[in-house]
Amino acid sequence: MHADGEKFDAIVVGAGPAGTTAALTMAKEGMRVALLERGEYPGAKNVFGGVLYRWPLEEIIPKFWETAPLERQIVDHRFMVMAKDSGLLMSFKVDGKDKAPYNGYTAIRAKFDRWYASKAEEAGVLLANSVAVDDVITENGKVVGVRAGQGAENELYASVVIGADGVNSSVAVKTGLRNPPDPDEVAIGVKEVVELPSETIEARFNLRKGEGARMETIGCTHGKMGGGFIYTNSSSLSVGVVILLSHLMELQMKPYTLLDEFKSHQMIEPLIAGGKAKEYSAHLIPEAGYSRLPRLYGDGVMIVGDAAFLCSYPEGTNLAMASGMIAGKAALHAKKNNDFSANSLSAYQKMLAESYAMKEMKRKSSSHKQLIQNPRLFGVYPDLVGELLADMLHINGELKSLKHKRAIKKFRQKIGLLRAIRDAYSARGMAP
Amino acid sequence: MVNIIVCVKQVPDVAELKIDPLTHNVVREGVPSIVNPDDRIGVEEALRIKEKYGGRITILSMGPPQAKAALFECLSMGTDDAILLSDRTFAAADTLATAYTLARAIKMYRNDFDLIICGRRAIDAETGQTGIQIAEQLEIPHLTYVKNVQVFPDEKKVVVRREVEGQIETIEAPIPILLTVMEGLNKPRLPNLREIIKSKKKEIRVVNATELGGDLSLYGLKGSPTWVAKVYPPPPKPGGTIKSGEPKESVSELINILAEKKLIVKRVE
Repeated sequence: MHADGEKFDAIVVGAGPAGTTAALTMAKEGMRVALLERGEYPGAKNVFGGVLYRWPLEEIIPKFWETAPLERQIVDHRFMVMAKDSGLLMSFKVDGKDKAPYNGYTAIRAKFDRWYASKAEEAGVLLANSVAVDDVITENGKVVGVRAGQGAENELYASVVIGADGVNSSVAVKTGLRNPPDPDEVAIGVKEVVELPSETIEARFNLRKGEGARMETIGCTHGKMGGGFIYTNSSSLSVGVVILLSHLMELQMKPYTLLDEFKSHQMIEPLIAGGKAKEYSAHLIPEAGYSRLPRLYGDGVMIVGDAAFLCSYPEGTNLAMASGMIAGKAALHAKKNNDFSANSLSAYQKMLAESYAMKEMKRKSSSHKQLIQNPRLFGVYPDLVGELLADMLHINGELKSLKHKRAIKKFRQKIGLLRAIRDAYSARGMAP
Repeated sequence: MVNIIVCVKQVPDVAELKIDPLTHNVVREGVPSIVNPDDRIGVEEALRIKEKYGGRITILSMGPPQAKAALFECLSMGTDDAILLSDRTFAAADTLATAYTLARAIKMYRNDFDLIICGRRAIDAETGQTGIQIAEQLEIPHLTYVKNVQVFPDEKKVVVRREVEGQIETIEAPIPILLTVMEGLNKPRLPNLREIIKSKKKEIRVVNATELGGDLSLYGLKGSPTWVAKVYPPPPKPGGTIKSGEPKESVSELINILAEKKLIVKRVE
């Protein structure tokens, strides 16, 4: 059956951060790894526009910031509470001068993933692009390979298959580790890349040369769970809106309508004015949360990154890398014992449970559920903040003491103290 | 056994090509590169001939180191080996210098060929000259605009059908020969997983000017009697006019406009 097809130690499906990390981890220790990528090159299908944190990439490629294609080091963390015709912007900035390496960088993943996969190739990984894996091959219930089309010439065999094929993972679904995501398990993100000269970006975001800002916004999703964002790249901005898919369905709106509204808001429009839209994309983001995480391994198979629903706003890429690294280690262990059974690979889930990645998912768990059921935080609060501040800051001869009283009354009417405490508790997962 | 050389070129995907409005140069940055479509048809035809008669298929290209990606793609379709001629000396070559370079490599490395297949033309410059100039340099016959090929290895001949203005010619010619092929000859296959994996293990032989030797003044810009003086986009079309209102009136208005422009002749009742 595998007559003229050769067998690898491991097949990794998907050359994103999770898959490439897993492949790299295994190849470094001498395992023979095939890394199969659906796009024409790694990153070709990517929609990410955000921050790449130094951890855990630094553990995998020491001093990666010296050679990786990175955009800007993040020194300014901004959070905005947006109402229909107002916005409250907070900015926290740590002086990044003389402090390289920085904690996080913006990256354009079409460039970064390609670079990262080339590091895996240097370590001996066989990278094959334009290969769309659509099924796994099983023998006696054990995963023994993958299929990328019809016929034996599109089959490939290995001791272990690692599914790093994203939120719509074929590996995860075909092995029965999880179902395709439900609408309340994923958010949809729509993003535009807006080109602007780097000096313009620095001037508009109050940045020194090479420095970058991230900005996240609540209050732009019609009271549903989600938000808007801007990330500064070298000479472009990633501008987008994310909303829980089931909530979007309730709104019966098109996601790009939300993005258009966001872009034309008075707090956003001046930041992107004059920019040229370079690309437009949309993608699903896992939002299942800890309680709905699937089992991450089976006989001859593991799933990592988005495929495993390991994503937790605002972190995703780093959790993906962490899971890839741990899965790679579990595979190395399995190789040493020549045992790729579910029992042996369960070491992956055990190690992951002890890691920052899973503990962070767990921390946000119940908060996440409460926010989905009760998205007041994304509508009622931003509107109230806008309304009260507008009233307070408007000087018209009316005594401030009266305005303060009115504000307290409004707060009681619209929210109430007890409920505010409850809401604050349910929002703890959003705390930085 | 039929030994075949397929000459391929990596070209920017013209579907996504932009021209810089200020410099009028073609913007290459960020534009994806592909194997020239007619060349892919050549690769496919070579594979079909090999499947029938056996032999070896060599992919030959001249270009920057990034062109390796195009060669890997041809290898993953199932071809045997690949040679990339890559050197700054070769840069900015016109079709004559390119043909000289490719022909020299063929003489040096694959002189035992039976067939050379080239695409009819590359989609970036659309000259359609390189293939036939290779044939001239090698002093072998060539046939262009080929839409059907039959090979008779024992009789050392090919029978091809070529499409020329208004007619189809069927021509018999001796081997070795160079053919330039065009759309409609076949539908190039998608590489399968096994061939992709195999291709990754094949080495692409990269040859520089020193290794290729020959008359250095015949390579690249120096060896090019022609060069591109300027590239500019065609002037944008002026916007049309829309005549709204009652169809009957609009139509007679339209007829008047067309008649005024002498595009139609109005019948006088």
